[in-house]
Amino acid sequence: MTLSAQDATEQRQKKHVRDRWLLSAPALILIIAASVGPLLIVVLYSFLAPGSYGDVKWEFSTEGWFNVLFTRDIFDDTVSLADAHFSIFWRSIKLAFATTVFCLIFGFPTAYFIATRAPHNRSLWLFLITIPFWTNMLIRTFAIQEVIRSEGIINTLLMKIGIISAPIQMMFTDFAIMLGMTYVFLPLMVLPLYASLEKLDFRLIEAGYDLYASRFGVLWRIIIPLVKPGIIAGSILVFVPALSSYVVPRVLGGGKNLMVGNLIELQFGQGRNWPLGAALSVTLVIIVLFAMLYYVRNASKSGGSAHG
Amino acid sequence: MHGIKKWFGTFQAVDDVTLEIRSNEFFTLLGPSGCGKTTLLRMIAGFELPTEGQVLLDGTDISRLLPNQRPVNTVFQNYALFPHLTVAENIGFGLKMLGKPKSEIDSVVKDMLKLVHLEGRGNNPVTQLSGGQQQRVALARALAPRPKVLLLDEPLSALDLKLRKSMQMELKRLQLETGITFVFVTHDQEEALTMSDRIAVMSTGTVRQVGSPWDIYDRPAERFVADFIGETNFLEADVVSVSGDRARVRLSSGAEISATYPDGVTPKGKVTIVVRPEHARLGPPGSGVLEGVLDDIVYLGTDNHFHVKVDGGGTFIVRQQNAKSGPCGFSEQERVSIAINDDVAQILRD
Repeated sequence: MTLSAQDATEQRQKKHVRDRWLLSAPALILIIAASVGPLLIVVLYSFLAPGSYGDVKWEFSTEGWFNVLFTRDIFDDTVSLADAHFSIFWRSIKLAFATTVFCLIFGFPTAYFIATRAPHNRSLWLFLITIPFWTNMLIRTFAIQEVIRSEGIINTLLMKIGIISAPIQMMFTDFAIMLGMTYVFLPLMVLPLYASLEKLDFRLIEAGYDLYASRFGVLWRIIIPLVKPGIIAGSILVFVPALSSYVVPRVLGGGKNLMVGNLIELQFGQGRNWPLGAALSVTLVIIVLFAMLYYVRNASKSGGSAHG
Repeated sequence: MHGIKKWFGTFQAVDDVTLEIRSNEFFTLLGPSGCGKTTLLRMIAGFELPTEGQVLLDGTDISRLLPNQRPVNTVFQNYALFPHLTVAENIGFGLKMLGKPKSEIDSVVKDMLKLVHLEGRGNNPVTQLSGGQQQRVALARALAPRPKVLLLDEPLSALDLKLRKSMQMELKRLQLETGITFVFVTHDQEEALTMSDRIAVMSTGTVRQVGSPWDIYDRPAERFVADFIGETNFLEADVVSVSGDRARVRLSSGAEISATYPDGVTPKGKVTIVVRPEHARLGPPGSGVLEGVLDDIVYLGTDNHFHVKVDGGGTFIVRQQNAKSGPCGFSEQERVSIAINDDVAQILRD
């Protein structure tokens, strides 16, 4: 009697476990097929040897990873550090970081402005913010080019007024890349910031003023700590795609100001070195992972976790 | 406060209010919602600027100063505690913003926690406190910088009845202990009567009457005040004679009683008088000044309310305490007479 009861419970539990797996199967399949699988393929490729016309030869090799850090001279095989890779990675991090900061500087007032409008007007402003999303990024980048190139709007205007006599070189500089990325990624900062600011209880701001806080005091000690989740979300959403940006540096940076994305593309294209490209990709993933880990841990340490 | 007017667009929220609030008093702005009392409070705090008029504090005009420049703190209706700070950090916020040294902040915070009975809760996040505790943190936070005036915007409205009663006592105690002027906004007449030294009754942007709780309750100057605070009976009467601060008035029944009248009024002709239900007694026919039929008896535990249909029109409510256990001695549809105590009737302005 008791034995069969035990059996029944055991069977029920087994069925329960099976049901759970079955129910979560679609999500698991999607994650494996769309995320884990491709990533594993990239990791695998990074440990193979390059084929002569692109592609890979199916033999184990650490040459790809070696090439991330070092270059071998084609004539005498002397090994030296891959300065170009380091400088490109470093530039990418710098530009992505600067882009994040600028997006925050421009995005915060924008989000604050929208959040303080009358509720029925907010959706209009949000709608305006999202309009650029409907346009292809390539087209938006070319539009920026039209503004800043030597014969573009800014230079023509400045020369007409007579402030400058020769056009300022803005295209093909790091500035151009940063400007382009800030423009392209700004909505990704504004939207999460708005979501946080919208939930902010504006009576707290009054309470702050009532308790002798200056405008800066209210911003620094009340508003920013309370919208921190939005700042973190926005920063991650901007930093990650900016770091691996490809189109913007390609168009606005010309050939010489490469970012990691361009470097990787180069290895899969003209370079015909797929393992190196794969190794560089994995390196980028690791950098992003560490950056996010640092960011999130830092944010939760300074007390932002108590709210939201 | 002097000649305060406030317009929101075409809506006039406050119309020519002049009030003098004395130092160290518990002053209450009482009125129904939308009467302008909160707007008035926000102008003292500095969140709104008066369209016209001045807010004076100890003789200096503060009406154009920013909120953070005024020695005035507010306890907000929903407390508005900073959710990202601890109890102690909330209480110390004002002092920190004033640039006080840490040692001073710590000692004041400690005193404040003791004052509001929250010792040992300093490091708790405010989000983990109950409503009553949050209320006390809000009080401590506003009191910590020792403002000249403490503004309280319906701070008890979110609490349940029992807690509200104990907080009323608590507020009064804090006011006496700190000696700070409290300006309290409420729509609850009982709250106002229990705690205040003086009350200003407001309606549609104007102050209708200022006085002690006794003045407001027993000597209302006009119909709105009498009606808003407590239950009351209005009677039509004719003035017979005036001597000193008393007038003789003749009721519809022909009987005469004496009545007081507000300052600045010379009673004559037809007037309206008010009599509180507890200031009248029921008796057998012929014993009082008004005759009628007992229409309804409402048993309230502590009291009985007798609704009497007065001969010649109108209903008069008599309230009698149930001092003895047992039936009240009257039955519905019985003919009764209403006697009115001496010196309880008050003539209204117009």
